[in-house]
Amino acid sequence: MSTAKIKWLGSMELDSVEVDVGTNSIVVDGNARCAKEHAMDIPISGTLYGTLLNYQGALKRMGDAVYETPYNSPPAAPVLYIKPLNTFNRNGAGIPMPTDESTLEMGAALGIVMASTAVALTEDTAMDHVAGFTIVNDVSIPHDSVFRPAVQHKARDGFCPVGPWIINREDVVDPDNLAIRVFINNELRQENSTKNLIRPIARLLSDVTEFMTLRQGDVLLAGVPEDAPLARVGDSVRIEISEIGTLENVVIDEKTFIRRETL
Amino acid sequence: MRTARISYGGAIHEAFEMNGRLQLEDGRIVEEKNVDWLTPIVPRTVFALGLNYADHAAELAFDVPTEPLVFLKGPTTFLGHHAFTRRPADVTYMHYECELAVVIGKTARQVNKEDAYDYVKGYSVANDYAIRDYLENYYRPNLRVKNRDTCTPLGPWLVDEKDVPNPMDLKLTTHVNGKLVQQGTTADMIFDIPMLITYLSSFMTLSENDVILTGTPKGSVNTAVGDVVVTEIEGIGRLVNTIIGDESFQNR
Repeated sequence: MSTAKIKWLGSMELDSVEVDVGTNSIVVDGNARCAKEHAMDIPISGTLYGTLLNYQGALKRMGDAVYETPYNSPPAAPVLYIKPLNTFNRNGAGIPMPTDESTLEMGAALGIVMASTAVALTEDTAMDHVAGFTIVNDVSIPHDSVFRPAVQHKARDGFCPVGPWIINREDVVDPDNLAIRVFINNELRQENSTKNLIRPIARLLSDVTEFMTLRQGDVLLAGVPEDAPLARVGDSVRIEISEIGTLENVVIDEKTFIRRETL
Repeated sequence: MRTARISYGGAIHEAFEMNGRLQLEDGRIVEEKNVDWLTPIVPRTVFALGLNYADHAAELAFDVPTEPLVFLKGPTTFLGHHAFTRRPADVTYMHYECELAVVIGKTARQVNKEDAYDYVKGYSVANDYAIRDYLENYYRPNLRVKNRDTCTPLGPWLVDEKDVPNPMDLKLTTHVNGKLVQQGTTADMIFDIPMLITYLSSFMTLSENDVILTGTPKGSVNTAVGDVVVTEIEGIGRLVNTIIGDESFQNR
């Protein structure tokens, strides 16, 4: 059992509950109940920063291009981006497919949730500033170039499901060794692990807070593994991260995107 | 009307200009020197434009973009009027960028150019500092250049949209220690305000207090610790900022 922070749909506060990640269940009044039976809201409220190319395999996929125009050299510092508020979406809701697109990349990411204001952290103490971990689907319209910011590809409404909960840091044995699996229509389409991060979590926090403050409640993504699977309208998408839980969404036509709907 | 957000007597207030002094929303009149200026609104999602003036694009040796070059900024980079911006000790080239800030007033989706100004609440002045030493060619300009703590002063005022008859014809200037270093006009933007609102709202929903920083004209000059940098836009405001060094920060 792990302790999780949950935001019930319709509630203004986070609740603290016991969850069983293995069976995807929540203990409510002493009874274990399937998490799917409960409508849960987005459990975060701060700014959400993504990290580009933080998996060894993702950087390797770039090949020699990192030495060529326009990149000229591999990245030296963390490359970050922001998933703005309009992208936030919750477990169980639809991910809208833009009218002129046919596939979307499902970016399975571990979300690091900050417990306190973090400025110029050192690697030794960085984890003390982490409240816990959640699952984020950093949805993108497929795009090859990472030379210019990808706002039009990454910042669309509903492009960032987060949840279903935040697992307390103390209940995660080693966040740099968590298995990540993505299933589309119950078929395993991607498998990776946070042990393949270029900057493990404490190092990433240290390098990021050198140039910008992370506030309490902000979320930093550890990165998106290479070969993010593609999904189409009607596909159900399940991201599992060991010790953290399961985030499930369905891709829908954007014309039918209504935030309150549970699919 | 011009509105500021200030801190006075242990609380945050809305304030209005009153013959060189400030009238708070509760009726008190205070001297400007006795308040701390906050950003005139609390920015929600903030968009910034790169290379949106042809002369600045040429100065940086880039072709004029065919689609707006947009990046996002987080909350910790923003500061109000008369604030302090940190210049790290190891950098060689840090420059100011005087920009017209457009504050969105209501939810906007798929807005036509003809209707775009209906979605504007007002305008302010931004100084979108850049430290060129940290530029890398991934999601350029990257957050390490453009989202640093203290590097985006915004203010002093929010000027109502209806009080700015033509935001596309305003003179911009930057003075460093009293010397004119940057001069331009919003008439030279490549993508004007209605085009930017149309572009952004075509693929995402904009909301009240989202902000668009519309880019800067040419005239980028390196700045030093101790410099007083004044970015000013005709009819919108005069934003003062001072550059400080690492010695002010115990953790650097």
